[in-house]
Amino acid sequence: MEALWQSIPESIRLITLSLMKFGLVLSVLLLAVAYMTYAERKVLGWMQLRFGPNRVGYRGLLQPIADGLKLLAKELIFPEKSDRFLFIIAPVLSFVPALAAWVIMPFGENMYIADIDAGLLFVLALTSFAVYGVLLAGWSSNSKYALLGALRAGAQMVAYEIAMGFALVGVVMAAGSLNMKDIVLAQEGNLLHWYWLPMLPLFIVYWISGIAETNRTPFDVVEGESEIVAGFHVEYSGMMFAVFFLAEYANMILISALISTLFLGGWYSPFHGMGLGLLSASGLHWWMLKVTFFLFVYLWSRATFPRFRYDQIMRLGWKAFLPVTIVWLTVESIAIIFGLGPWFEGLI
Amino acid sequence: MLQGYIPVLVVLMVASVVAVAPLVLGYLIGPRHPDKEKRSPYECGFDPFEDARLRFDVRYYLVAILFIIFDLEIAFLFPWAVALEDLGLAGMAVMGVFLAILVIGFVYEWRKGALEWE
Repeated sequence: MEALWQSIPESIRLITLSLMKFGLVLSVLLLAVAYMTYAERKVLGWMQLRFGPNRVGYRGLLQPIADGLKLLAKELIFPEKSDRFLFIIAPVLSFVPALAAWVIMPFGENMYIADIDAGLLFVLALTSFAVYGVLLAGWSSNSKYALLGALRAGAQMVAYEIAMGFALVGVVMAAGSLNMKDIVLAQEGNLLHWYWLPMLPLFIVYWISGIAETNRTPFDVVEGESEIVAGFHVEYSGMMFAVFFLAEYANMILISALISTLFLGGWYSPFHGMGLGLLSASGLHWWMLKVTFFLFVYLWSRATFPRFRYDQIMRLGWKAFLPVTIVWLTVESIAIIFGLGPWFEGLI
Repeated sequence: MLQGYIPVLVVLMVASVVAVAPLVLGYLIGPRHPDKEKRSPYECGFDPFEDARLRFDVRYYLVAILFIIFDLEIAFLFPWAVALEDLGLAGMAVMGVFLAILVIGFVYEWRKGALEWE
């Protein structure tokens, strides 16, 4: 068996292996996306003293599948004078990056699909693609609501992408690498060794920008159902709408996974090296716990915060987050020069 | 060296297939009865007036231009941040000057009101 495997050319072996690994990640991810929609409705229901979906299957557990089947059986409507090609390509453009970005995600010290040195740069490039999906969808639909929603979304996502980028520069400065695995390894240690502490402002900016990037409440003027109906995807129906919907949830999971990996030590246990036996054991379960926590915060903030006004959103992005990140990068570089422990080694 | 990127290529292709598949399935399985009313752009039940490709606020262009400036800045910061340990204090000082110039530009924009949305 081993000899047979070795006899295949290396590139074919690599392709097969990455296909299998990505297949595994993808199936877990798609399941997570489906049940994220269920979790959202359940959590929102409980927070508003309702039951949430509870009819389809045991406690409504089959609800996402029923929703999927329903959307599958619906007609795809192409509005008059819409740009057919762009109209079809837009949902694909917003879904593909949310899936493909997982290729560089480290799940454990030896658990990853690709270990590339420009990992973080790749993530940044892919997440920037989300804007194209939204803008093309809004412009190609030939609908005024869609156009307005897309313009708002474009300006908002672009503004918060800058804050996100600056926050990531802080992480790269501290880790000295763009490789996702190296960034986690550089945070080796317990709760206090992770990057969220020396970069607390950047961590908060990154998280809030993450919510704004995925167009979730309280930053969902893009959809603004009370003024522009559904924003950029008013004209989408059936599976085309479903793909946008899946992309939104896949992006939420991606942002939660990224923040857990970059700022909260990835797979490391918060009690790492403290000799607490099983509790100190690092592993995939800790990473999953962190991701789940952030996903819950997404739902929690949707149930808690009222929608921001558009000018307030732009003010927060440009006039609050941008200055905060620039100031904190300066503070961090001073901390790096003087070697503030346990995170930095110092340059002098 | 580029071999590490083979999985990336594979994943990009698989992801594209996974994203296109639901559209194809929906097209094949769903009914197809388009009519004029159904295909007209949604405008709360009224007949749509004019074309939707209308003029829009110039401030969106302004935001896009500002975005390009700051995104380029981030692109400059990334390689610098990776090589920080080798660059040492001198590298730190040079980037300080670069950032200072950008901050002056940012303050200018702010004072000019380019960031205002009323």
